[in-house]
Amino acid sequence: MHELGIVFYIIRDVKEVARENNVDKVKTVVMDIGEVSTIIPDYLTDCWRWAADKEDLLRGCELKINTTPAMTYCEDCGNEYSTAQHGKKCPHCGSDRTYLLRGNEVEIKEIIV
Amino acid sequence: MDEVKVIEIKKSVFESNEKDADNLRKELKDKGIFLLNLMSSPGSGKTTTLIRTINLLKDKLRIAVMEADIDSDVDAIKIKDATGIQSIQLHTGGMCHLDAEMTRQGLDALELEGVDLAILENVGNLICPAEFDTGNSKNAMILSVPEGEDKPLKYPLMFSICDVVLINKMDVMPYFDFNLEKCTEYVHMRNPKAKVIPICAKTGEGVDKFAQWLLDEIENWK
Ligand SMILES: Nc1nc2c(ncn2[C@@H]2O[C@H](COP(=O)(O)OP(=O)(O)OP(=O)(O)O)[C@@H](O)[C@H]2O)c(=O)[nH]1
Ligand SMILES: [Mg+2]
Ligand SMILES: [Zn+2]
Repeated sequence: MHELGIVFYIIRDVKEVARENNVDKVKTVVMDIGEVSTIIPDYLTDCWRWAADKEDLLRGCELKINTTPAMTYCEDCGNEYSTAQHGKKCPHCGSDRTYLLRGNEVEIKEIIV
Repeated sequence: MDEVKVIEIKKSVFESNEKDADNLRKELKDKGIFLLNLMSSPGSGKTTTLIRTINLLKDKLRIAVMEADIDSDVDAIKIKDATGIQSIQLHTGGMCHLDAEMTRQGLDALELEGVDLAILENVGNLICPAEFDTGNSKNAMILSVPEGEDKPLKYPLMFSICDVVLINKMDVMPYFDFNLEKCTEYVHMRNPKAKVIPICAKTGEGVDKFAQWLLDEIENWK
């Protein structure tokens, strides 16, 4: 259900870019989605197929998803590590004073027309 | 024919909503309407808590309520029957959260003349509503005892954006292993500034502290 909402935002933004660039058919929309975003790629592409085919601009348009790795920074030892592997606790020093550097983004990278 | 062109966008899908939300926040500020966004899992006690809170505040403030639900009217009717204030139902059409645009539509459907406090009961869900700014002045959430004290660890984003966390259903503490101290510590791990208030919406215990928090926040915001 969350994914459907995201799809509507993508459609809104892509339509705007298409209008600005005088494009009447979009072939592919490329997304950068962080490993620890709350989006499930399969659901997103399912929702996309359903919603995109209702728009002339996007009929048959493919949604391509690049997964970007999530990294966490440790305030105690200054190391960066993979969030998906180690979570909140730093594997170098065991501290939990850590924060996410990147990896929760949901970004429209580009469109191919 | 068939030439391919790539147009770079590099834009977060949340960005348009964030802009809408900031605009709405500014407009509400100009009109002197404080918007509270109330979130929780389904059944944590949002509606019950609102009824108690509104009955404590309705002589001091003019209040209006928007009840968001995927598809039903029961909460809006409950609020109206129990408090007498204006309340409307927003249907999200299957969506698991409200965004700034839907909130604006809800506000447009209300009679806002003289209203000081608008309250939005968001869809029961600990994940999605946290990602969509509704244009609110403050965020509140409810965690009820049966859900367990570990929720701040499992739903970090929700707890990190809330200004106040109400721990509801304190009356059922004897039946659950819920450690209030631990829970408070977990909340503060996510958000050191969040205020934690234990309440029992069923009896009304502690709800006066939340009502006072709201009054203070509205005063500071003015
Ligand atoms: N024991 C006890 N029950 C409570 C308390 N607060 C609410 N309840 C009960 O919990 C149930 C759900 O309460 P609601 O206020 O409808 O919860 P809600 O969060 O608005 O629910 P949704 O809108 O469906 O997400 C009802 O049966 C309430 O009577 C409390 O403090 N103690
Ligand atoms: Mg409710
Ligand atoms: Zn470390």
